[in-house]
Amino acid sequence: MKRFFYELTESWKIAATQMRSNKTRSMLTALGVIIGIVAVTLMGTAINGISTGFDKSMAVLGDDVLYVGQESWIQRDDWWNYRSRRKIKTEYAEPLNRMIGASPNSNLLLAVPVSSWFRTVRYDENQVHNVYILGTTFDFLAISTVDCVKGRFFNEVESRGGANVVVIGYDVADALFPSEDPIAKSVLINGQPFKVIGVNTRQGTFLGLFSWDSMVAVPLPAFKKYFSAKSESEIRVKVKDKTKMAEARDELIGYMRRIRAVPPEKENDFSLNEQQAFKSTLDPVKNSIAVAGLFITGLSLFVGAIGIMNITFVSVKERTKEIGTRKALGARRRTILLQFLIESTALCLVGGFIGLIVAFLLCSAIGAALPAFPISISVGLVITSMIVSVLTGLVSGFAPAWTASRLDPVTALRYE
Amino acid sequence: MLTTDTMRPRGPIVIDIENITKHYVMGEETVHALRGVTLQIQRNEYLAIMGPSGSGKSTLMNMLGCLDTPSSGRYEFNGRDVAAMDDDELAAIRNREIGFVFQTFNLLPRSTSLRNVELPLIYAGIDPETREERAAQTLRDVGLGDRLHHKPNELSGGQRQRVAIARALVNNPSIILADEPTGNLDSKTGEEIMSLLENLYQAGNTIILVTHEADIARHARRTVFLRDGLVESDVLAEATEIQTLAFT
Repeated sequence: MKRFFYELTESWKIAATQMRSNKTRSMLTALGVIIGIVAVTLMGTAINGISTGFDKSMAVLGDDVLYVGQESWIQRDDWWNYRSRRKIKTEYAEPLNRMIGASPNSNLLLAVPVSSWFRTVRYDENQVHNVYILGTTFDFLAISTVDCVKGRFFNEVESRGGANVVVIGYDVADALFPSEDPIAKSVLINGQPFKVIGVNTRQGTFLGLFSWDSMVAVPLPAFKKYFSAKSESEIRVKVKDKTKMAEARDELIGYMRRIRAVPPEKENDFSLNEQQAFKSTLDPVKNSIAVAGLFITGLSLFVGAIGIMNITFVSVKERTKEIGTRKALGARRRTILLQFLIESTALCLVGGFIGLIVAFLLCSAIGAALPAFPISISVGLVITSMIVSVLTGLVSGFAPAWTASRLDPVTALRYE
Repeated sequence: MLTTDTMRPRGPIVIDIENITKHYVMGEETVHALRGVTLQIQRNEYLAIMGPSGSGKSTLMNMLGCLDTPSSGRYEFNGRDVAAMDDDELAAIRNREIGFVFQTFNLLPRSTSLRNVELPLIYAGIDPETREERAAQTLRDVGLGDRLHHKPNELSGGQRQRVAIARALVNNPSIILADEPTGNLDSKTGEEIMSLLENLYQAGNTIILVTHEADIARHARRTVFLRDGLVESDVLAEATEIQTLAFT
């Protein structure tokens, strides 16, 4: 083992000398690996980013909340079947909460009604179309994490009384109040004045998935008063223990059938949605993007590896006489093998290192240009790409190094 | 001037070759490079192997240098059977027992003299401090104490061959195997190298010289002539006679 490290150190010295004396050639060869590593690293970062983005958007839904709606998020049957169902009413929340309260072993915690539709929000000259308006109660705070960067969410009194107050998303605030403090200003939603009492913390949007940034929330009575003509409602129910999701679903289905008086022989005329179901349809998409992306970028690294293999073959050929001399002086096969393996690995490591720096700079540039895109280089990614570099060097250097180690010393010494 | 074998120097036998043959298959033909050579070389001999090209001279040198193994016959090096060794065992023998001096010097072009001389010690696994010290000392011994950190292209031909000789000596080998050591040098420098070899012989080293030049072979105390893969003659020279020739 000690002997091995000794040989390893000496081989590194030889490799360093070799690279120094063939600067241009080494640099050009390393370039292939640099490009490969940059491509793979950026792709890895992008995949991480997509994943984080998905998860962040999913987090808005909450992993312990069941959504009772008219339609299923993942439509299994035809659309008409859903559309023709009876509407879900916000009034269901009250009997639901009663039933939950009456059952001591309930797996459910709290039902919160939510109505929503798209409306235009205006302040002075500025307006934003198709803002997702959410009408809900003060209980909403109990089932969702709502952080306000400024101000607050509406309180119980405002919620019950249906005060004309509104909590606005970060992007909405940005568009309506580019240079003013939005708090206590009056905005017009569909022509009705609402006082801004809070601005949500920026969440970031990703691929147009759910984000608080482009939503506003008003008390449910106010929503009903002004916007009920066209709206959609759902009941969000928080579950006590998210490991017992199946039991919670069964319980909730039972309650809903009772409330909607669905006869036993009929199927449910409502749908129960949850984050998990949504996730399981998105995950395959995410995974295919990852596999395809890594495969394509992996090809560029493969081309780099071929470059390394080629240059190592050239190096072995050029230095046949040197190999012969080394063998005459007592170099064993293993020593020669190691020497050339280290040379190709050193090239790949240098390439990988430079590649990482380039990838890091590019990521910073992308991060600066598109702040919404979640991109970041992780320690894991750095380690992975270094391991990939070393493996590339070992794999691509092996064939030439093997050839070198098997050279017959007599023939090699005679080679000119 | 020349006498028969009765006057051979006495000493332990380093190389003991008995009836070795070597043949190569080249296409459809089989080339018999050695057809049965028997040779014994003792410690502190100064031997020249001569012969025209195609005589099997190079093949014999490769055998003696453990770069190649015979097709048949017996070869013992310091009592160890070389003919049966595998590549790595041969490498170890070459590393510790044989010092090569080549016609074309075969120095590593991008390494300093010191690094070149350290090479056999690296393959022997000697620790860096000892290695450097021994390499530097050996270079001083061959008169290159002021050229330790020069690269081959900064040295003259004679200096390069001295570096190569230092490299051959550094591991205290049993034999020094010099293949046309003056072939790439002018005659004056060649003489310098030959007197360096003479000094090494006087200091107790065993030297085997492979050459086709009679002038060079004359420095040796014993000359083996090869022809057509066989030993044609094996003669000893009077040591005094040789010395007179060499130093007058």
